[in-house]
Amino acid sequence: MSAVASVPAGVLDVALQSAETAAFRAQDWFAVLRQQGWHAFQSLPMPTRDNEKWRFSDARTLSLDGYAPAPAPTPAQAADLIARSRLISDAAGLIVHVDGHCVLKPTLSAELVAQGVVFESLEDAVRARPALLQEHLLKHPVLLGGDKFAALHRAWLRAGYVLHVPKGVEVKQPFVSVTWTLTDGVAVFPHALIIAGERATADIHDFHLSAKADQRALAISAVDIHAGTGSQVRRLAVQAWGSATQSFQIDNTCGGRDAVISSVNAAVGSRRARLENTVRIDGPGADVSLYGISVASGEQEFDQRTLQVHAAGHAKSDLLFKNALLGKARTIFSGLIKVAPDAQRTDAYQTNRNLLLSPDAEADSLPGLEIEANDVKCSHGATTGQIDPAELFYLRARGIPLAVAQELLAQGFLEEVLAKVGHEEAAAAVREMLRLKFHQA
Amino acid sequence: MPDSLVIKNLNASIGDRPILKDFSLTVPKGEVHAIMGPNGTGKSTLSKVLAGHPDYTVQSGEAFVDGEQIIGLEPDVIARAGLFLAFQYPSEIPGVTIANFIRAALVARQAKGAPFDAKAYYAELYAKMDALKMDRKFTSRFVNEGFSGGEKKRCEILQLMMLKPKYAVLDETDSGLDIDALRIVSEGVNAMRGPDAGFLVITHYQRLLDYIVPDRVHIMWDGRIVHSGGKELALELEEKGYDWVKKDLAKA
Ligand SMILES: Nc1ncnc2c1ncn2[C@@H]1O[C@H](COP(=O)(O)OP(=O)(O)OP(=O)(O)O)[C@@H](O)[C@H]1O
Ligand SMILES: [Mg+2]
Repeated sequence: MSAVASVPAGVLDVALQSAETAAFRAQDWFAVLRQQGWHAFQSLPMPTRDNEKWRFSDARTLSLDGYAPAPAPTPAQAADLIARSRLISDAAGLIVHVDGHCVLKPTLSAELVAQGVVFESLEDAVRARPALLQEHLLKHPVLLGGDKFAALHRAWLRAGYVLHVPKGVEVKQPFVSVTWTLTDGVAVFPHALIIAGERATADIHDFHLSAKADQRALAISAVDIHAGTGSQVRRLAVQAWGSATQSFQIDNTCGGRDAVISSVNAAVGSRRARLENTVRIDGPGADVSLYGISVASGEQEFDQRTLQVHAAGHAKSDLLFKNALLGKARTIFSGLIKVAPDAQRTDAYQTNRNLLLSPDAEADSLPGLEIEANDVKCSHGATTGQIDPAELFYLRARGIPLAVAQELLAQGFLEEVLAKVGHEEAAAAVREMLRLKFHQA
Repeated sequence: MPDSLVIKNLNASIGDRPILKDFSLTVPKGEVHAIMGPNGTGKSTLSKVLAGHPDYTVQSGEAFVDGEQIIGLEPDVIARAGLFLAFQYPSEIPGVTIANFIRAALVARQAKGAPFDAKAYYAELYAKMDALKMDRKFTSRFVNEGFSGGEKKRCEILQLMMLKPKYAVLDETDSGLDIDALRIVSEGVNAMRGPDAGFLVITHYQRLLDYIVPDRVHIMWDGRIVHSGGKELALELEEKGYDWVKKDLAKA
């Protein structure tokens, strides 16, 4: 064996990480947070298949080599991508990142500013709102197996945004964040910190996109949602990274008393994409809906891990993840409902439905319940099937060709979740992304 | 016969059970023919075999739409050749709206890449829905999902009116319809009658034939037509019942 000098590769390069951290010298607490992330990353092992939380996923091909932060885009590149970011016409504010650099800061209406609404880049917030961030930033534990990736995210934390809708403020228009990758081999670590105060209402649309369809990148994103008492938080997250991307998305939501939370996670992009979605209900009366929707094609692997934790009773959570699979795609859904001993009168449901549109596609489903309370209504169910031949015949009997009929039925299968987006323009944008997958496959 | 729906000596089975037994029938364009016959005699089987349903095996025989042989063709090809089947039990299609569904069916009939005139389409769709007394809100409902029996049948006729086939087979379109709906649906069908369309109406009830008056009535028994006559045959059948057929006609 010849000794190959290992090239210090981008995000794994300690000198690079320290140099970037040094820029936050004035924000001591933040630099420490990043350093902690780095040390945790160093000490944690790469996940392997025999780890229960990585069961069925192709852990052997996980690799963090060869990705590096990229410099800021040129003004022309930024302008082009900002133009392509105008997906939602009634946005309350739009923030755009390219390769981890904020290229468009949100401008909020005077009214929202007067109400105390904060929607700004994480970097700005780190400098301007240390107290708010120290209270809320990265406070949720990572429970679903992505610790090492979460640690790397923390070590490189810089890009992203903070949204704070204070007590009693209701904002109907969506806050929109569009995060792009542009440079091949770029590593990005977008973060979203969403805080809804008591009785606040917020609607968030997060788009993760790539400038090129076959973009190669490493994306480790995280979102922390703190939904206060009686708040209403609705979020749409769209994972549409380029097809050579490895992505890891760690979503954490905490819901207080009577909070109404709804999230839709849509996935079409990446070579492999892992979503870890944890919701923790801390107060009675909370009502949480978690939806997932994807079209996986080619050799894509979508790995979905969910956890619904009922720490308080008299609350409801309902999960529905739907995947349509083409080509040799794989999806893994592993969901767990956990009900604490004193969380009586919990209603918790979990459903995973997979539609196989190709004989070579494979969907694995691992539903689970861990219930320690005795007065609860909980259920889980998973189905994996093909297109119903009677439905297919019905469409064909109207003259619709086989391929078109299959596509219509697959889109129909996904429509149930699209209806939950609750914003017509956003739903249409996602519908179009899903539709395109059928034509690339 | 270029201007007819011709079915010739059709033998078809489900699994190894023969259902259609040397079935023959000709419906000239411009005419309405009715088929009546007891449960399980193979009426729906006939309609599905003609429409190219993959569950049935055709052992022998032919069927022609204006001279074009359709047995063995793919179901969508048969439909585009001009044969329409209004199903006895229409499927529910979750997530696909009526508007998108009919639109896809019309686009499939256009030249590839030809532009679709959405404005004209909606104008026509709404006009037909009004004629069928269907709420326009139905356009954005998913096909047949949660529809009542009568709404499903109306939806079948709406599709028929939008797709304007050369021949339509209506399989018990009257079942599940109240008297008002029956009249509305019949008016829809009657409006399409004319020199360019032929109809094969499957029913158990004379009632429908009061509204859609047939040129010919055929009695089907055990996989074949055993007797044919004018519209008065339906009345006779209603009076005497199938026992009459069993006794007098089946042995003929
Ligand atoms: N998919 C199937 N599998 C098994 N048997 C079938 C199937 N479809 C039809 N059959 C049988 O074939 C025979 C003819 O059925 P068909 O539905 O054609 O009768 P029909 O004349 O339309 O009856 P009805 O008046 O009740 O609608 C029946 O005995 C039926 O049980
Ligand atoms: Mg029948």
